[in-house]
Amino acid sequence: MNEQQHLDTLKDIKRIMERSTRFMSLSGLGGVGAGLSGLIGAWFAWRILDDYRNGATVPADAYDGAAYDGTGNLNVLILKLLLIAAAVLLGALTTGSYFTWRKARQQGLPIWDATARKVVFNLAVPLVAGGFFILGMIYNGFYGFVSPACLVFYGLALINASKFTMPELRYVGFIETGLGIFATFWLGHGLFFWALGFGVVHILYGTIMWWKYERAPQGA
Amino acid sequence: MNPIEHLNKLFESRIRLGVMSVLMVNEEVSFNDLKAMLDVTDGNLASHLSTLEDNAYIKVHKGFVGRKTNTTYSITKAGEKAFKGHLAALEAMIKFTQ
Repeated sequence: MNEQQHLDTLKDIKRIMERSTRFMSLSGLGGVGAGLSGLIGAWFAWRILDDYRNGATVPADAYDGAAYDGTGNLNVLILKLLLIAAAVLLGALTTGSYFTWRKARQQGLPIWDATARKVVFNLAVPLVAGGFFILGMIYNGFYGFVSPACLVFYGLALINASKFTMPELRYVGFIETGLGIFATFWLGHGLFFWALGFGVVHILYGTIMWWKYERAPQGA
Repeated sequence: MNPIEHLNKLFESRIRLGVMSVLMVNEEVSFNDLKAMLDVTDGNLASHLSTLEDNAYIKVHKGFVGRKTNTTYSITKAGEKAFKGHLAALEAMIKFTQ
């Protein structure tokens, strides 16, 4: 045994320790895909809101529901927006898992292993809690808070899951949570913050991750 | 001083080294997860695991998930100490030869 072999052994140990605790196949391209579907969804939502506002004779700078009670088609508007949200979620999940699956296959790693389960579980807990919280807000007519709450809970979910995957995800979590809190004081601009958080931030993060880890062939 | 006297013979096998590395950072790992992480066959992994168990470096927990057996492994205090000693010896070895 010479020095190089000992170094290799130490590197091996480090690699196994990291691989067994962190899910490293998360793909940056998946983040870009999720961001794009977020932006497309935001654009559709903006169009629908615009139509709604032009149809109803109410102040153009408020769409947080309370002002529209009695117009009758508020429920249709909410249904449309929820459908868009579902489509965005589906689009983001599809592109995210496709690129992650592709990266895992390229690295020859299993995609659904113990570390992936940890990531999904740690994402799911704050997300499911947030989801029901938001449904409760919609039920009670606090529409203006939906977008900030989405961002806050999503950010907390990312911070929670970042321990088991790319450490950089933690910063995305801080940004999303911060945006959500900021948006709470700017009610009525929810869609803007939503597009910024779910669209722009995802695209930036995905591009950086792709640049950092996937662009060059995996060396280390 | 002989720099390799603290190297642990038991950790010369890459598979046993791998098992210890995984168990150092995970509280409890199932047989199947170990198998997938280290990319080894059932029989090979089982024999290395029993060697480690015989030396009291790891603990075996036999349980069930529904009707399927679910065996998990965790590291013992002695195992942790032995592995850390081995790592320190490796590092000392590298410094010694530099």
